[in-house]
Amino acid sequence: MARRLERIDRPIKVLTEDIYALSSLKTMLYVAAPRLLPALLVLLIPVLAPGDYFQRVATLAAIYGLLALSWDFIALSTGLVSLGQALFFGVGAYLAGLLNLHLGLHPSLTLLLATIIGATICTALLAPCLPLRGIYFAMTTLVYPLLMARTIEATAIVGGTDGLVGVASFPGVWSERYLILIFLLAATFSLRRLMTTDFGLVLRSISDNDQAVRASGINLTYYKLIAVWIGAALGTFAGAYFTHLYMFVGLSAFSLDLSILPIACAVVGGLGTLAGPVLGAFILVPLAEMLRDLGTLRIVAYSLLLVALVLFKPEGILSYLKRKYEQVQRWVEV
Amino acid sequence: MKAESERYEEKFLVLTEVSKSFGGVEALSHLSFSVAQNEILGIIGLNGSGKSTAVNVITGFAAPDSGEVWFKGEEITGFAPHRIAGLGIARSFQTVRPFHNLPAYKNLIVPLYSSRIRKFTESGRWGDRDAVAMDLLEEVGFERDSQVPYKPARALPHGYLRRLELARCLALRPDLVITDELFSGLSSSEVGSMVPLIEKLQARGMTLVMVEHRLRELFRLANRVVVLDRGRKVTEGTPAEIVENSTVRETYLGAEL
Repeated sequence: MARRLERIDRPIKVLTEDIYALSSLKTMLYVAAPRLLPALLVLLIPVLAPGDYFQRVATLAAIYGLLALSWDFIALSTGLVSLGQALFFGVGAYLAGLLNLHLGLHPSLTLLLATIIGATICTALLAPCLPLRGIYFAMTTLVYPLLMARTIEATAIVGGTDGLVGVASFPGVWSERYLILIFLLAATFSLRRLMTTDFGLVLRSISDNDQAVRASGINLTYYKLIAVWIGAALGTFAGAYFTHLYMFVGLSAFSLDLSILPIACAVVGGLGTLAGPVLGAFILVPLAEMLRDLGTLRIVAYSLLLVALVLFKPEGILSYLKRKYEQVQRWVEV
Repeated sequence: MKAESERYEEKFLVLTEVSKSFGGVEALSHLSFSVAQNEILGIIGLNGSGKSTAVNVITGFAAPDSGEVWFKGEEITGFAPHRIAGLGIARSFQTVRPFHNLPAYKNLIVPLYSSRIRKFTESGRWGDRDAVAMDLLEEVGFERDSQVPYKPARALPHGYLRRLELARCLALRPDLVITDELFSGLSSSEVGSMVPLIEKLQARGMTLVMVEHRLRELFRLANRVVVLDRGRKVTEGTPAEIVENSTVRETYLGAEL
């Protein structure tokens, strides 16, 4: 007897779908819980986490979460696969350092300026590559962080191999802890919201069929520039924050890890979901820390886990959880 | 020279001496033809005769090596596709690739969001575009009260996708619609239901250029037909003249005429 796996939407999911006048507390909770609970959890980290070490891991996870969100947003909206998240990170990090050391600006100002100016610089650098697609765009973005790092190394500008030392730290421990988390939550929710507007719809359709978008009278380059700018701004903020956190910026701000790990987070969390990559970062970064005891074998264990996740849950953890939350499945005989 | 350009201004769409080659293969060679307002012009020819290249040259997806394209008295040669669409030339594509992940009606948000259409409807930030999209879908034959307009485009059958493609063109409120094999892959009855739709568009004052393989339906619709062969114009005339033409009969030997 042949059997087939059947998936059906839960009644409560159907009830809440497309109906905005929610009738009971239960349905309202059903809709709100998956958004509110994770947000609340993230906001409670600085209060609940025991000790500085855990704080630091959570902060690192949030930084990688931002980079992963940035990667996923660019991929989802324009279909461009970027291998150069480190470019955004590095440009933001160095700008923040320079603005603070040379102009003596307060961290709140350097964060703002480094984010905006940095995103504009990155967008200008990537602008010539925007007509490229797939692997060609990926290749060019992969080269940029290397190019920046080697230029700094060879010309010894902005500190050369020594980096910039003595950057101001955040005014207080709470602003340091909360700033990145609040920015991460705000960015995740507003980008998810943006993708449901008509503007976001146009962005999403570019990755489906860019020719039809052009034939529909939409200036493709303009929309791609906006998407890349938004993505870059998330990355430059992460970089600028990192500089003030460690009071130092060096060539490692352009390292390959910062380009690759966000993609791993996105794949593990769920491609194209925006919140998934953030979740992925909060899984992978602590995981990497936990495996530290294994010494050299750490990378082996980490890689194997990553491969296993991709093989057995290719849809990503968030998509999997969402499916479980919304649907029941059962075997039916056919 | 001036006298010539004045002549272009009288015409709706003019191609003069347009040539385009791809790496030594001449796709179009000194192609000239014109379209009058409110006319349906058919373009026929065997595979590789340059029909699609002609469409791409007009709509800006390919820049011609030489020659000019004029639309409503303005030279549009080498304009970017979105600019040409903004002038009121909409096109459909030979292979239907809708925005797969969007519901059918949301597919039309893309052209409705273009600067050309936002000029028409400045009001309505959220709901209005959806309402316009539903109207357009109904116009091309989607049943408004059914589930079909809300289904993701990837789940639609081919016939609906062709209609969706046409609706995407109409959403631009174009003056000229260029269809690239709109009828291909459709059953006779599906084509039969599309023909009155095209007639209705013409009756409303629209101009159409139709690249087609389905000659029977095309000859019923078109006012004039241009025949291409290896990038050159073989002949042009009314459908009746084309059917009688011996060269065309030779080219299409065995094909239904």
